[in-house]
Amino acid sequence: MIARIGFNFVQVVVVMVFAPLLAGTVSRLKEMVQSKRGPSIFQPYRDIWKLFHKDQVISEESSWIFRFTPYLVFVTPIFVTLLIPVLTSYPLFFAFMGDMLGGGFVLALGGFFATLAAVDTGNPYGPMGASRTRLVGFLAEPVFMIVFFTVSFVAGSTIPYIVQQRWVNPIANFFEPTHVLIMLAFFMLILAEGGRIPVDNPSGHFELAMIDESKGLEYSGPAAALMKWGGQMKFLVLICIFLNVLVTPWGLARSITIHDLALAIPLVLAKVFVFALALVAVECSLAKLRLFRISEFLGAAFIISVAAMITWVFAV
Amino acid sequence: MPHAASPNSIIIQLNALAGGLFLLCTFGMVATRQVQGCMRFFILQSVFLASSAFLLGLQPLSWHLIAVAMINLINKPILIPWLFRKTVPEEVYTRREITQVMNIPSSLLIALGLTIGAYYLASPLLKFGAGLPALANLPIGLATLLLGAYTLTVRREAVPQLLGLLSMENGAFFASIAIAPELHLFVELVVAFDVLIAVFVIGVLTRAIHKEIGTTEVGSLSVLKEEPSR
Repeated sequence: MIARIGFNFVQVVVVMVFAPLLAGTVSRLKEMVQSKRGPSIFQPYRDIWKLFHKDQVISEESSWIFRFTPYLVFVTPIFVTLLIPVLTSYPLFFAFMGDMLGGGFVLALGGFFATLAAVDTGNPYGPMGASRTRLVGFLAEPVFMIVFFTVSFVAGSTIPYIVQQRWVNPIANFFEPTHVLIMLAFFMLILAEGGRIPVDNPSGHFELAMIDESKGLEYSGPAAALMKWGGQMKFLVLICIFLNVLVTPWGLARSITIHDLALAIPLVLAKVFVFALALVAVECSLAKLRLFRISEFLGAAFIISVAAMITWVFAV
Repeated sequence: MPHAASPNSIIIQLNALAGGLFLLCTFGMVATRQVQGCMRFFILQSVFLASSAFLLGLQPLSWHLIAVAMINLINKPILIPWLFRKTVPEEVYTRREITQVMNIPSSLLIALGLTIGAYYLASPLLKFGAGLPALANLPIGLATLLLGAYTLTVRREAVPQLLGLLSMENGAFFASIAIAPELHLFVELVVAFDVLIAVFVIGVLTRAIHKEIGTTEVGSLSVLKEEPSR
């Protein structure tokens, strides 16, 4: 019991510590593909450290939502981390506190408050980014639902620890069309939710073209650090759900020993690195879509997820 | 619902996977805006068709189906695009945006409805063949047939329309390797050449149209003569 609680907190620590590293690695890899040198992969840590030591400016016109949001954005990915398999293939202490849908709602709560806070200060770019995020969000929502419902329908459960065993046991299940189509749809969803390139440019600094970034423009000092760190953790959590629940449950700890857990950390990081390579390949070979083409991108994701559902439902 | 228990379940799953990706390529042909992209999806679709025929030929070993797969692999992904390149003028390819009657999201939703309809139509038939490896092929082939007809209807350009026609043919083929796997090889060869000749004729026709009026937008060619008062 104590071990399970402890392991659960180890998961949280791993997500907190390695989320900035993922962001740094992806941006460094991108710079390398574009034959530039780019900042060190530890640059996000330095940014966060620097921001925590700076003064904070808060607009007098803003309400409590603006002050409250950074903490919520920071805390929601941590809550989700308690629910999902990051390092272990067996359920941990908090695993039955909520299922995948619950995790989705918790993540959506952070996003909801982030958009409210963007509107709160009256900065002209904030509401613009907020409304665009909602555009992406409400197009992504049906895909999320179909994917989760299909996955839980196939596995007969909505608890991620049970779902992950379904695809590889026996191994023929891995090649089910439903599985492959769901992986594809969820990958497109990660690109949209994480603000990656076909939908949004994460490294762009031009306010009129921003979608995700412009929500945090008003924050300074520690609040900005929390927003940044929270966003990076959310991205890592989404990738962990994708890799550990939907794609490859291999490399996770199988028994409750410190030894297994310690071995799982580098294995999971290696998987995330492979995912980062795929992400960089996608980001460097596609151009950012125009705003009204995003509906086509997510429409395609929706079609793929529904195709996954019908190939399962109608298969005899 | 599939329950993997039999020894050849990997082949069943791989065949179903080829079917799923085949259907995905058909959706891609409905959704894409570019002639080039449409063509690439068609090539991929044909490759998945051939791989499905190959996989079905493996389990009860049938050289016939493997030969069909080979014919398809040579004919559709290689010969047809080559013939297109030869006959259709280059400008038609380089056009980035091709017009559609419907916008793409609603087009995709209609495509989705057609697919669900195809599955619904095919599901009573599937009950008779429960357990066969070729089970996934019938509804997917039917859906592709309908989607090809839909592409043919909404596209306004000659080349994507022809690709819609070819996709219909692919769908019929995909279903037929499940329903009638022992069709005579001679018939398959005839069909393969038939498709080639259709491509050739339409390609030449497109070239002639393009030379006469400088566009291949079939949708705007609704009047026989140009208006005299202009």
